[in-house]
Amino acid sequence: MLNDMMSHFELYQPADVDNAFDLLDRFGEECWTIAGGHDSLAWFKDRGKQPSAVIDLAGIAELHGIRETAGGIELGAMTTLTEVERHPVIQERFSILADAARMVASPQIRNSGTLGGNVLQDTRCWYYRFGLACYRAGGNTCYASAPEAMNREHAIFGASRCVAVTPSDPAPALVALGADMVIRNSGGERVVPASEFFMTPAVDIQRMTGLEPADLLTTIRIPDTWAGANFYFEKVADRGSWDFPLVNVAAALRIEGDRISDASIVVGGVQAVPRRLTAVEDLLRGRVQNEETAAMAGAAAVEGAEPLRYNHFKVPLMENLVKRAVRDA
Amino acid sequence: MAELIGQDYTPPDIRAKVTGRAKYAEDIRADGMLFCRLLTSPMPHARVRNIDASAALAMEGVVAILTADELPEVPAPGNTILTNEPLYVGAPILALAAVDETTAQNAIAAINLELEPLEFCVDPLDSLRPGGPNARTDGNTPRGRETVAEMNTSEGVGEIKWTEQDFADAGEGQMPLGQHEREWSYGDVDAGFASASLVLDESFVTAGHAHHSMEPRSAMAYWQNGKCYVYGSSQSQAYIVPGLAAMLEIPPEDLVYIAEFCGGGFGSKGGAYPVMAIPGYMSKKTGRPVLMRISRAEENFIGVCRPAFQGRLKIGFQPDGRITAVDLYIVQDNGPNSGGGDWTAAGSAMSLVYTPPAMRFRGLPILTNTPPKGAMRGPGQNQLATAVEPIIDKAARQLGIDPVAIRRINAPDNSSAYGPNQGPVSSAYQREALDMGAEQFGWEARRARSGQRRGSKVTGVAVGQAFHSAGASGFDGLLRIAPDGKLYVHTGVGNLGTYSYSTTSRVAAEVLGYDWDNVEIVRGDSSRGLPWTLGQFGSNTSHTETRANYASAMDAVQKLKEIAAMDLGGSPEDYDVGEEVVFARGNPSRRLTYAAAAQRAIQLGGRFSGQEVPADINAMTARATEVIAGTGLVGVARDGFPTRGTVPALAAGFIEIELDIETGQFEIIDYLGVADCGTVLHPLGLSGQIKGGAVMGFGMAALERQVYDRHYGLPGTVGLHQTKPPTYLDVPLDMGWSAVDIADPANPVGAKGIGEPTMGCAAAALLCAISDALGGHYFNRSPIVPDMIMNAAAGQAQSHGPLHVHTQ
Repeated sequence: MLNDMMSHFELYQPADVDNAFDLLDRFGEECWTIAGGHDSLAWFKDRGKQPSAVIDLAGIAELHGIRETAGGIELGAMTTLTEVERHPVIQERFSILADAARMVASPQIRNSGTLGGNVLQDTRCWYYRFGLACYRAGGNTCYASAPEAMNREHAIFGASRCVAVTPSDPAPALVALGADMVIRNSGGERVVPASEFFMTPAVDIQRMTGLEPADLLTTIRIPDTWAGANFYFEKVADRGSWDFPLVNVAAALRIEGDRISDASIVVGGVQAVPRRLTAVEDLLRGRVQNEETAAMAGAAAVEGAEPLRYNHFKVPLMENLVKRAVRDA
Repeated sequence: MAELIGQDYTPPDIRAKVTGRAKYAEDIRADGMLFCRLLTSPMPHARVRNIDASAALAMEGVVAILTADELPEVPAPGNTILTNEPLYVGAPILALAAVDETTAQNAIAAINLELEPLEFCVDPLDSLRPGGPNARTDGNTPRGRETVAEMNTSEGVGEIKWTEQDFADAGEGQMPLGQHEREWSYGDVDAGFASASLVLDESFVTAGHAHHSMEPRSAMAYWQNGKCYVYGSSQSQAYIVPGLAAMLEIPPEDLVYIAEFCGGGFGSKGGAYPVMAIPGYMSKKTGRPVLMRISRAEENFIGVCRPAFQGRLKIGFQPDGRITAVDLYIVQDNGPNSGGGDWTAAGSAMSLVYTPPAMRFRGLPILTNTPPKGAMRGPGQNQLATAVEPIIDKAARQLGIDPVAIRRINAPDNSSAYGPNQGPVSSAYQREALDMGAEQFGWEARRARSGQRRGSKVTGVAVGQAFHSAGASGFDGLLRIAPDGKLYVHTGVGNLGTYSYSTTSRVAAEVLGYDWDNVEIVRGDSSRGLPWTLGQFGSNTSHTETRANYASAMDAVQKLKEIAAMDLGGSPEDYDVGEEVVFARGNPSRRLTYAAAAQRAIQLGGRFSGQEVPADINAMTARATEVIAGTGLVGVARDGFPTRGTVPALAAGFIEIELDIETGQFEIIDYLGVADCGTVLHPLGLSGQIKGGAVMGFGMAALERQVYDRHYGLPGTVGLHQTKPPTYLDVPLDMGWSAVDIADPANPVGAKGIGEPTMGCAAAALLCAISDALGGHYFNRSPIVPDMIMNAAAGQAQSHGPLHVHTQ
């Protein structure tokens, strides 16, 4: 934690994915894959991770760029957040993702930070990042849920020994849009819905996603399901730039007449995974989009919340954000 | 006069700064140079049982380690350079030098350090409880230090514990008032409260926060011909030398100190600080130059921080808002070492800013195992501003008085008195500052918008005030008119970033009637002959250094006139100076150019060219004069200009915000800062101080966090991301500024300092505006961060204990 000084590693810069898979298979757990580097280099500087080999994906052309496909769009995992934010098709048809990308960190970080790296980043729980041997780090306690722990940023849902939360802004938008994550390794390809990609501590306490060590997240596919829907994204953080969300919300609503025909609402910063509010979505279908419906959605969204000592502010905050999303989408 | 004073100009070092050519301490390289890294404590309090560095020293490229055993012992509770009993997470235990930094860090990782964990404490009130933990093995409070001058001297450590009864008497959530260390009072406090129509009794907390100087405190050192050369990062120049020389155990004349540029200090680099000595010792041990670059994480701990207050204020008001009496009690989170005098400074500030006719101050500093505390911009005064200004608003609300009006009726003026001794002040125009600000801000119209709703957004409008003592006296000025006709102003002040080193040098040019293009400033390297002066801290430079430069310039004027009288006849009184000539008043054609006069001064020698110096100047100034003696006409003098008591810098900040009660976030719509800083020396520099101070103040009020886990004693906020100082998106792009611009009679050019209260008034204004937007919900705490606003807006309890000293 207190080192601020990287150790040496061998840097590999593969030019295609097959070359990357060879390296991943060759080095196994000894290697670390780096995209924009904003999470990775912080780990390296703290010496919390000291891989002997680092595989830099920047030179693999097929991992970059945004393509229109028959049923939607495809984003290479190495597409920068600035590219996501500014892409005309995303702005026009999936503006919720552009809005989410725009809220990440700072302009400099968005210029080099990637969409894939953002959704794969590790949690920011300060106890874990400090280098303590907590459950998530392979130890046998959770410091952040201890009686006197400083857990203002932590989970109000889904705690299972670990109370860390997802720090991503784009991730809730991707889940709300019904995105698919394309994962490849030397053995082939599999496609995992974004809603199943992120991992709760009850499933695996040491990982935030289903990505295996030999895997690459290569592509993110967004189907046309929600294209051009009524969208809403809002992030609340301590400061206006370079900050992770205290709570964020991503919502897509289909309106027919004055009624909500369908809804997809996801909240970040309240659980280890982006929290899909399926019960709220069910509640909304067929209702008029108005203040009353919005208030009801907000109240339903926080049912079952279990705040820790320092984070019960997240309950009214999440309630308000969901209310605003339903009202203003 | 006033060709230069009050005018904007381009400071001479600005080009190097914006082009990146400026060399900071960590940019310096030398042949054979080693890099030094620190092994710091992972525990809040521990004893070093054993250090096994054999494996590290056997590694290729590793040259030496340095431990506390090899350094002079520092009496408790002084700040140590290295230590065998680390008292906070991040405390330097040992230093290791190697051929490069990665090798050094790898070697540090190979050191087997055995630590024995010791009892620790991160909250003063925990330590004050009966049987509570002590931060040091020998107690929980520093002893002695009655005056600022004694602040860094140590008289050991004592122990103070309060009784269960003290805690019980306080009542739920109220600050207990147990045994204190210091007390002063004036006036009849009891009668003041008895005559009051409103008495508030409020407990408060102001959390600490780190300085986060953008340039970490790196240093490079080498030894040559018996002298130690140190390139450091400091606000001050001359003031560093005696302290650093003492740490290195060498006479001041054997230290060459170079600090041309400083990437921010905010009080944390005002004097010599312990780690600055490490490269010097390591270089002595290895015989090679040593550079120690301090990382962002290390800076977070050894870069010190503002001490937190836990306090209680009882304050009485007449129906018109005039304060009748004040009873102020402060416990200061002193960190593990000597700490600072914030708590006593806060008491004195209270007496001046609000001019209570009767006041009692009590307080004590309590040691904690958190980073060492040091002066930060407005040390004590700005915590006081954030604690008291919202309470003033609360009173105004209850009395039905306008926030500006209640401040106006209590505002200090030239007849006001300062501190425990109620001494005089040189000048105070806070009422004028409030009036000027209210008019320029459009206070009445804006105030009418207070509480206005726009969807979930509510408007808050507020005013804040702050103070700092801003001027010293009795330091030395040194300058030289060379035979090339140029003026060389030698200055011992540092390059803090305010440009006051050059702005105050312009006073010498002004007095001598120089074209600014013909003036050079000699600074930043003690071998170039720099006079003794105070450190560049405490908002003092504008006042202190204009006095000193005025003194040396007047000495030069006198010498010019004497030389003219000698060569051209008549007496010195017949002559005047201007446009770089000395001329006969009745016959300006009888004249001598400065260049010619400088040549004559060299011929004349003695006091004219600095071979003889006044008896009352400092030894450092005498040595500095030796460097330039015989090379021109030398003006050298100690400032003997009359003094008139405390020199107050006062400031008022006006703010309008829009607060979203559904998210706890707010936007600052507009801000105006107004300064009472005497005559304005440099408008651009002043606007930078008012706006920059405001940005820092907004951080203090509502952003910057300092989180400690009380159970483990570990820091939850390290570095710029977790602590969250303001970003561009957290402050308005345009902010207004203004100045009363009334000359201070205790300064030859009317100048007072201003740097510090510009932060406190903005912090206070923002806190008041948040409470205003919430319809008069007062948090009695700083900072107020979104979760607290969210809880308040939702009508639910706060998560933090009311007296918890850190941010949640």
